[in-house]
Amino acid sequence: MEIRELCMLVPLAPLTAAVVAGLFCRVIPRSVATLVCILGCAVAFVASAVVFFGVRAGASFDGAVYTWVASGATLIEAGFLIDPLSSLMMLVVSFVSLSVHIYAVGYMRDDPGVNRFFAYIALFTASMLILVMSNNFIQLFFGWEAVGLVSYLLIGFWNERPTATAAATKAFLVNRVGDLGLLLGIGLIFVSYGTLDYASVFRLANETSGATFPLFGASECSLLSVICVLLFVGAMGKSAQIPLHVWLPDSMEGPTPISALIHAATMVTAGIFMVARLSPLFELSETALSFVLVVGATSSLLMGFLGIVETDIKRIVAYSTLSQLGYMVAALGASAYSAAIFHLTTHAFFKALLFLAAGSVIVGMHHEQDVRRMGGLRKYMPLTAFAALVGSLALAGVPFFSGFYSKDSLIEAVAASGIPGAGFASFSLLTGVFVTAFYTFRMYFLVFLGKERFVAAHGIKSGETPRESPPTMTLPLILLAVPSAAIGYFAIEPMLFGGFFRDAIVTAENHAVVEKILAHFTTPLEMAMTSPASGVFWLTLTGIASAAFFYLIRPTLPAALRSRAGVLVRVLENKYYFDALYKAFGDGVRAVGKFLWLIVDTRVIDGAIDAAARGVRWFGKGLWHAIDGGVIDTILVGGSARVVGAASRFLRFLQSGQLAGYAFFMIAGVCAMLSAWFFTQAKGFLP
Amino acid sequence: MLTLAHYLILAAILFATGIAGILFNRKNLITLLMSIELVLLAVNTNFIAFSHYLQSMAGQVFVFFILTVAAAESAIGLAILVALFRNRKSIHVDDISTLKG
Repeated sequence: MEIRELCMLVPLAPLTAAVVAGLFCRVIPRSVATLVCILGCAVAFVASAVVFFGVRAGASFDGAVYTWVASGATLIEAGFLIDPLSSLMMLVVSFVSLSVHIYAVGYMRDDPGVNRFFAYIALFTASMLILVMSNNFIQLFFGWEAVGLVSYLLIGFWNERPTATAAATKAFLVNRVGDLGLLLGIGLIFVSYGTLDYASVFRLANETSGATFPLFGASECSLLSVICVLLFVGAMGKSAQIPLHVWLPDSMEGPTPISALIHAATMVTAGIFMVARLSPLFELSETALSFVLVVGATSSLLMGFLGIVETDIKRIVAYSTLSQLGYMVAALGASAYSAAIFHLTTHAFFKALLFLAAGSVIVGMHHEQDVRRMGGLRKYMPLTAFAALVGSLALAGVPFFSGFYSKDSLIEAVAASGIPGAGFASFSLLTGVFVTAFYTFRMYFLVFLGKERFVAAHGIKSGETPRESPPTMTLPLILLAVPSAAIGYFAIEPMLFGGFFRDAIVTAENHAVVEKILAHFTTPLEMAMTSPASGVFWLTLTGIASAAFFYLIRPTLPAALRSRAGVLVRVLENKYYFDALYKAFGDGVRAVGKFLWLIVDTRVIDGAIDAAARGVRWFGKGLWHAIDGGVIDTILVGGSARVVGAASRFLRFLQSGQLAGYAFFMIAGVCAMLSAWFFTQAKGFLP
Repeated sequence: MLTLAHYLILAAILFATGIAGILFNRKNLITLLMSIELVLLAVNTNFIAFSHYLQSMAGQVFVFFILTVAAAESAIGLAILVALFRNRKSIHVDDISTLKG
């Protein structure tokens, strides 16, 4: 098959499955819905793999497949841009998606809404693929909104829970704030360049890189800086960067497979992907890159701290996701796009793995999510524990695991960057290494090792023990554990230094940080062997060791520390008061609204409207009495009726029914006509 | 010697009698039919008189046709009259005013 047809198949197969499962979710049995969706996803995965290897061999595609709107000279098309970047994303998305589909068969086994669930995740797969394959901004925006919608639907999947619907609404609203930025950015691009095609926009931006834009009327800003910052605001919403990160921890209200698929591995990386895709634009604006770098570094550090105090197993993983997304964003800011995408790929695998392991634990614990009520689970759930260990080692960045390669090169790249803010970013990321290792192993130790604290936990009766999950759930764990452990080792050389991305990613000459770190890179094996020479390795080790000390050797110590460092803990437990801040903002807006409603609207506007209405009513009353009642009713309508009545009364008098009468009129008529003739025409006959 | 004027005066008298019978007869439908015949006869008399006076046969041919048609007309009229009497038990002219508006 041609690459074009294969690419059509990639989003259309899961989309068809979603439509079938979604429209008929009330009639078809769950086995059919499940099978259709898994099949659609498998087709997408196989096609993506074929495309990926085709692209590795040198193929590429950039063109429209369908014209959506043609208005004057403006064309809005659906098209594909298939290059190393998008083909890699296609492969990652469809693979993780497929694993999650299979895992959900087991996880959602007893849920009555399983057909709906599968329709949603198949729709998500299709939307995400449309997003990454797009060759223009409109299609990107379409996919962007579609994944946002599915995210909303799935966070609120258990819509009988008030917390779930509230979390879904929150995610939707916070994402709207980001999407406004994205939409403004796209609008500014269209106004400035008159096209929305990636290739044309990149070319025009390069030609007019010195253009300025009058921001807020007065000061002249670089047009590209404004565009890039606006676009990045969109990425901040979707990829949950400070201060638009508040929705991601709450999104854990959704089913765990969703947390793995959407809120860890794929959807939240859409922002990372977008910035990498638009690297030719971002490279032209130092300001925007600096902004990106600082936002990413801040997010990575602050969100990591929150993982330390959190007690919900899924939320710990969620904060870790936030922190790792911060790493990727920081790498983007440092122009290390390939390092960011590399970390995105490895992160997709090990974070999905961690989430699915967490889900397996939750099922095994009868939906208990508090890590303080777990402990010692390794004995009962050996496969899950193994998978979680692999995921944790990868997340913490222990040498030879995939996270080590991606995170280490990422940190080096940021350190090598020279743009403003790089020093702060480098410091944040290094601190983050320790924090990551600490909270990751805190979770692992609390859940799988140590004392068994689940006896009193709800749902588990004393004497009963947690059980290992069914094979449909453990199989994806194994499937994901393999790449989580190994993909870094095999992918670092081609992805970072082997020119894998060809011209999909553009880096300006003075930003070439990846080339700088290439200078002291030889082989993946040597990179791991020489890692003890760097500070990063020791930071990781210290993190793991402190976690072991606090939670295995001296389990009473955290509680003691907690009572000492009251203010710090309170700030962390309230998540830096972001939610309180937003609530205060919301309350303020509500107060202003209430004032406007009660005073301005009720008194002033309603009063004016009432007065106008009274005037119109009075005028109408006049019309009714004078024109309608007087003229129309009496004269026109009533008058014509009266005329007809009088005429018919006269005619009724004539029609007497008496033969003699009729005969008289006949004769009288004849006489009249004869006389008339006689006196007018027949003059000659008269004597 | 009888002149054309005599015939015309006779015809006029017959015609006037017929018309009077139609107009003033309020009792009997048969009288009405007879009056119509009288009117027709008056016309026929005029035709014959002028035919003779003008020495033209066309008038007499007309009279043949008129008499034939009048005979048929009377037959139909009497048949309707019989049917009417059978239904209404009356041939009183004043009673037959169903068409009154």
